[in-house]
Amino acid sequence: MIQEAFLVILIKAVVVVFIVVTTFAYLMLLERKLMGRMQLRYGPNRTGPFGLLQPAADLVKMLLKEDFTPAGANKVLFQLAPVMAVFAAVGSLSVIPFGDSVTLWGHHVNLYGTDLNVGLLLVFALSGIGFYGLILGGYASGNKYALLGAARSAAQLVSYEVAMGLSVVGVLMLAQSLSLVDIVHAQADTVWYILLQPVGFILFMLAGLAETNRPPFDLPEAEGELVAGYHTEYGGTKFAGFAMAEYLNMIVVTSIAATLFLGGFSGPWLPGPIWLAIKVFILIVGLIWIRATMPRLRYDRLMKFGWKILLPLATLNLLITALVVGLGFPNK
Amino acid sequence: MSSEPTPPQNDEGIAGGFPLASEARGVLEAARREGRGLTETERAIAQVEAFTPEEASARIALNEAVEEDPGIRRPMVINLGPQHPSTHGVMRLITELDGETVLDLHPVIGYLHTGIEKQCENKTWWQAITLVTRMDYLSPYSNTLAYCTSVEKLLGLEVPVRAQYLRVIMLELNRIASHLVWLGTSGLELGAISVFFFTYRERDAALDLGEMISGERMNSRYFQVGGCADDMPDGFEAELRKFVDAMPGHVDEYEQLVAGNQIWLDRLVGVGVLPADELVALGVTGPALRAAGVPHDLRRSNPYTGYERFEFDIPTFENGDAYDRFRVRMREIRESTKIIQQALDSIPEGSHIADDRKVVLPPREELAVSMEALIHHFKLVTEGYRVPAGEVYSGVESPRGEIGCYVASDGGTKPYRVHMRDASFVNLQALRPMAKGQYLADLVAMIGSLDNVMGGVDR
Repeated sequence: MIQEAFLVILIKAVVVVFIVVTTFAYLMLLERKLMGRMQLRYGPNRTGPFGLLQPAADLVKMLLKEDFTPAGANKVLFQLAPVMAVFAAVGSLSVIPFGDSVTLWGHHVNLYGTDLNVGLLLVFALSGIGFYGLILGGYASGNKYALLGAARSAAQLVSYEVAMGLSVVGVLMLAQSLSLVDIVHAQADTVWYILLQPVGFILFMLAGLAETNRPPFDLPEAEGELVAGYHTEYGGTKFAGFAMAEYLNMIVVTSIAATLFLGGFSGPWLPGPIWLAIKVFILIVGLIWIRATMPRLRYDRLMKFGWKILLPLATLNLLITALVVGLGFPNK
Repeated sequence: MSSEPTPPQNDEGIAGGFPLASEARGVLEAARREGRGLTETERAIAQVEAFTPEEASARIALNEAVEEDPGIRRPMVINLGPQHPSTHGVMRLITELDGETVLDLHPVIGYLHTGIEKQCENKTWWQAITLVTRMDYLSPYSNTLAYCTSVEKLLGLEVPVRAQYLRVIMLELNRIASHLVWLGTSGLELGAISVFFFTYRERDAALDLGEMISGERMNSRYFQVGGCADDMPDGFEAELRKFVDAMPGHVDEYEQLVAGNQIWLDRLVGVGVLPADELVALGVTGPALRAAGVPHDLRRSNPYTGYERFEFDIPTFENGDAYDRFRVRMREIRESTKIIQQALDSIPEGSHIADDRKVVLPPREELAVSMEALIHHFKLVTEGYRVPAGEVYSGVESPRGEIGCYVASDGGTKPYRVHMRDASFVNLQALRPMAKGQYLADLVAMIGSLDNVMGGVDR
């Protein structure tokens, strides 16, 4: 890794956050449009050409709503919770590699925030903190539905983080590194790890669905049961914060999946960021498709699924990988 | 608490002290037998059912004395509804939760009460038809049929065979449309959002057909005393045939969409089971009863409006869980299409309404040429017709179970009393015994599988 000027890092951070936040807005539109098509309807198409200004309209609506705090709420935590969720989601972006190093206008620029030697651990840590946003938000609302949503959130967190962590250890063993850039390079040198770790990939995506509270694992906000779950009492910008965190988490989880299993930014002809965007787009369409198809799991089934299926499978996958790597399979 | 002997005055209080309403007494005795305190809901019931305020407070005080235990784990009382995304309109369930487990629940109804039964007493006999369509708003044809048959029985009026066929066609079309709403909304509640849009595509076609024949999509006042308002319009038969021919394919599509999904099975299999005898004791009818293996269907056991002419199966299953209710309703949609096809194939020529000028409006074209017709028309529209004194009950098998109409006449131009035995209202009773001890998420599945329409419950 070559050192960059501080200004370059600052500009890079601003650009990445700007791009990803715009992507988040259009991701919502994409989801609504795609789900509309899957459900025999059009989705938003009134605001601007093809409904392309819908995110702007949503933003204005959210900003103009009353900033409301319920009487029974814990004022500080209630305000803090969405901030934590967004902070954790945005923070995870700092280690996702969008491309390799390039030289722009005589400056050396790495197309990633930073290449930590514990990059993946940081992502997991931040996703854990993001869950605190949900849990505290539900707990601080002073609402029983929100409390139930928060309790489910906590249960989901403990059930899925372990399986998610274990599902990627196989990749780490193959790449012999926790740095996401190194993992991408290792895949560029050999093959995409989805071929070597298919079980790991599936487990990671399943746990990722649960981590991002996407259907069929959207129990913390199950609208049929808990009204809106942990964000029942949230409205306006604070609600927008939770929505933003959820969609940013989708981007983060799919980016990590693309980086760990699909070769990340590596690929022929096109520049790195485009490759990553293509891979992320395909994975996200998959998530949206799942949402349109699957009913919601029941709370206890979800825990059972996490502990009795995902975790043993991940452990088995890990043991077999360790055995193969230990016997000296693609040990570079 | 169970280790302590029950205070003697408590015993006397319950057994001999107060005249208790039966449910409250049952609740208190059950609690005493099991050696536990009352749940919040049971206490609420005891309070509500007490005859005097003194009795209520005395009873509560007694129970609190027994229940006072500082280490006790208090349940969380959560108020599901009346504005809740999954309680089918405005049902309110006061639910006690221990974590996610439902300890007890108490349905509170009446938020959609519009006094339809009472209003009927101030309308003439034929005006009241418009009101009864609004009760169970997903099955207006069944409501009106129950009312019209009752009035016809009092009048001793024969309905022409063609009108009976038309009624059967519209009843079965209505059954399909109602089951489609049920499938779509219960899918929404379980998080399967797409199935809703698919079922509403077909429901829209069914409503279009209703609009073609009756002029109204939702609260069709198509059935009249003596027959139907009008014959099938041109093109209706072809459209209807197209609809019923395509319907089994659409049912396959829904089943593919949800029934092949492991999560869907997980959510429904073994959920909301009550044994058949308990369902019978509670008076539950309709798909919920047939799913438990009781082949009770008024169309077969007590045929009305010519159902004995048609070949159809009454689907029954053994387990009586939400999944069996789902299967019963899916099979019923298929059977309904069969009935409609048979009816269309064999519908005889004839009049769509009885030819009794004392009850039925004269045809429009006669008004200009016949003085007598004009007089009849004037009398019927202003004063209405008189119905011989008496009382009668007639039941029909609505999509949700038995809808029965009790009509009493004092010989006047207005009903003396109209009462509906609504299937949703009776079936709702089964929710509490079903849901006790189950998960909150399953409660939602149970509400969906019972398919209560609050308009019918509250009337």
